[in-house]
Amino acid sequence: MKKCIVSVLMLLMPLAVSASGGAGNLDKVYIDVSDQASLQRGARTFVNYCLSCHNASFMRYERMATDLGISEALLREEMMFASDKPGDLMVTAMPAAGAKTWFGVVPPDLSLTARSRGADWIYTYLRSFYADESTTTGWNNALFSNVAMPHVLYQWQGTRAATFEGGGVADVSSVRYQSVVPGTMTGREYDAAIRDLTNFMVYLAEPAKLVRYEIGFWVMLFMGVFIVLAYLLKKEYWRDVH
Amino acid sequence: MSKFMTWVDERFPATKVWEEHVSKYYAPKNLNFWYFFGSLAMVVMVLQILTGIFLTMHYKPDSSLAFASVEYIMRDVPGGWFIRYLHSVGASMLFIVVYLHMFRGLLYGSHRSPRELIWLLGMLLYVTLMAEAFFGYLLPWGNMSYWGAQVIISLFGAVPGIGPGLSEWIRGDFVVSDATLNRFFAFHVILVPLLLSLLVYLHIVALHKVGGNNPDGIDIKKDKDASGKPLDGIAFHPYYTVKDNLGVAVMMTALLAVVFFVPELGGWFLEKDNFAPADILQTPPDIVPLWYLTPYYSILRAVTFEWLPGGAKLWGVLAMGSAIVLLFFLPWLDRSPVRSIRYRGWMYKTALTLFVITFVMLGYLGTRNPSHVDLGLLTNVTWSQIGLVVYFAFFLLMPIYTRMDRTKPEPDRVTG
Repeated sequence: MKKCIVSVLMLLMPLAVSASGGAGNLDKVYIDVSDQASLQRGARTFVNYCLSCHNASFMRYERMATDLGISEALLREEMMFASDKPGDLMVTAMPAAGAKTWFGVVPPDLSLTARSRGADWIYTYLRSFYADESTTTGWNNALFSNVAMPHVLYQWQGTRAATFEGGGVADVSSVRYQSVVPGTMTGREYDAAIRDLTNFMVYLAEPAKLVRYEIGFWVMLFMGVFIVLAYLLKKEYWRDVH
Repeated sequence: MSKFMTWVDERFPATKVWEEHVSKYYAPKNLNFWYFFGSLAMVVMVLQILTGIFLTMHYKPDSSLAFASVEYIMRDVPGGWFIRYLHSVGASMLFIVVYLHMFRGLLYGSHRSPRELIWLLGMLLYVTLMAEAFFGYLLPWGNMSYWGAQVIISLFGAVPGIGPGLSEWIRGDFVVSDATLNRFFAFHVILVPLLLSLLVYLHIVALHKVGGNNPDGIDIKKDKDASGKPLDGIAFHPYYTVKDNLGVAVMMTALLAVVFFVPELGGWFLEKDNFAPADILQTPPDIVPLWYLTPYYSILRAVTFEWLPGGAKLWGVLAMGSAIVLLFFLPWLDRSPVRSIRYRGWMYKTALTLFVITFVMLGYLGTRNPSHVDLGLLTNVTWSQIGLVVYFAFFLLMPIYTRMDRTKPEPDRVTG
């Protein structure tokens, strides 16, 4: 029953139309922060690859481990490369000044990217890299043209070339990819890995998301009872008015 | 107990005030759904003050710490996310109930004599509330906070002669900066809340002096019984306290549903761009205020005629300012012999319907890119120019159409 009501409420969520409007050409990703295994896989990718250059400086290792059911031993051994205190914020070991020299920009903090860009954007972005000789990194992105970031996960996805329909500007809606060097993952496996990473970044952007639906359910139940009692009380008092 | 109260009453008029304003304050017995929103506004205001106090305990009004301190509240402070969402959703909820409360006035003529001062004080409250929201919106120090403040403050630059100096004086710097954040924090947490509390007090004192209006728009004090109690009046307490209690329960349910299930409400209550920290080098693609200010923002942007003396910006600011100022004059613009919509003719009903549609349309357009076509046929800016004309016509033609309108006779007693 509880699950049922929660899912009805969650189904209603898209009805709250977006104020900012959506970019129509993004691929949709299915987000489920209650899928703990997916969050764990996403976290592993995140600390191994993203955190090498990016910060998640509003998040603590310990909080992530607790929320995702990761033991402290495993956390220390497999997930903490830039720090040795579980209470530390998830900050990259790469110095900001160095990053500026190497990439031309300091890689943005990723704590809130899922809220500022949206999950669909992250999912599409990480699946839109292609090889491009004309850039300094040798990589380009169909969603984020001339992005400073190289294709960090190219070993997984493989190297792809891209052509754009009509020979026009690089744009995610008109792109066609051709495989140049195959990766260690199939297209499906790569999509699944990126989905897990996106899922984790949605959690990372708002850890409270793990609990607020559940608490919300009990609050709604309480308020429902309160409304009934408030109504009966009002009716009782107003009997002598009507 | 009674001995204690006698002791107090000899020194402070506790019982007298309680009776005058609560237990023997007689409100019309026919108040309907639309009469919930005044007390609801007070409840949300208290909620804002209480949650605001807790936020102040953890928030840092410093341009290098502010953004991170909000995320600290969202993650590390126990229950912090709940308090913060209550405050951000509460802000929008306060405007929702205030707009419905004001619409009630237009429906039943609550602004008409002898309640002009209640209306004026209410309008002052509304304008002060907009200032409170504007100052508060800068505090999270997100990119939309930053650029929103930049745009709104630069509007003062349109004032001829002293403009640029004036906006610099408001910011305390050449751009929105730490100095701006610090003073906005001071305004948001103490100056404006004090003003709001004073105005709420005056609004209610004025209301209790003349007594509330009702859906029939007739005076209930004409018919009193031997003891001086209005025949169509009932004591505020317990009748309206228990009724308002039900209203509070329903509103809080709606508010909490948003807090727990859709705190961003698709970007209407918390904007995407505000989850990126303020960046002076990165202007968001569309700078828009939150929804409760967008009707006026639309009016500002609707004035695009550069051939106007002084330039389009000056006239845009004047149009936006007068759109708000006109609301103050409502009690004197309305010349209908009756108060309530129930006894008015088709002209006022049509005008009010058009006005509401226009206001909502302007609000929507204020969140969109002016050059896009979102409502079909015409560009957003053209629609907002049409909206501007309707908005001003509603007020400026009011003395004419309310007098010409064919009204129905009012009943002697309230009709249930």
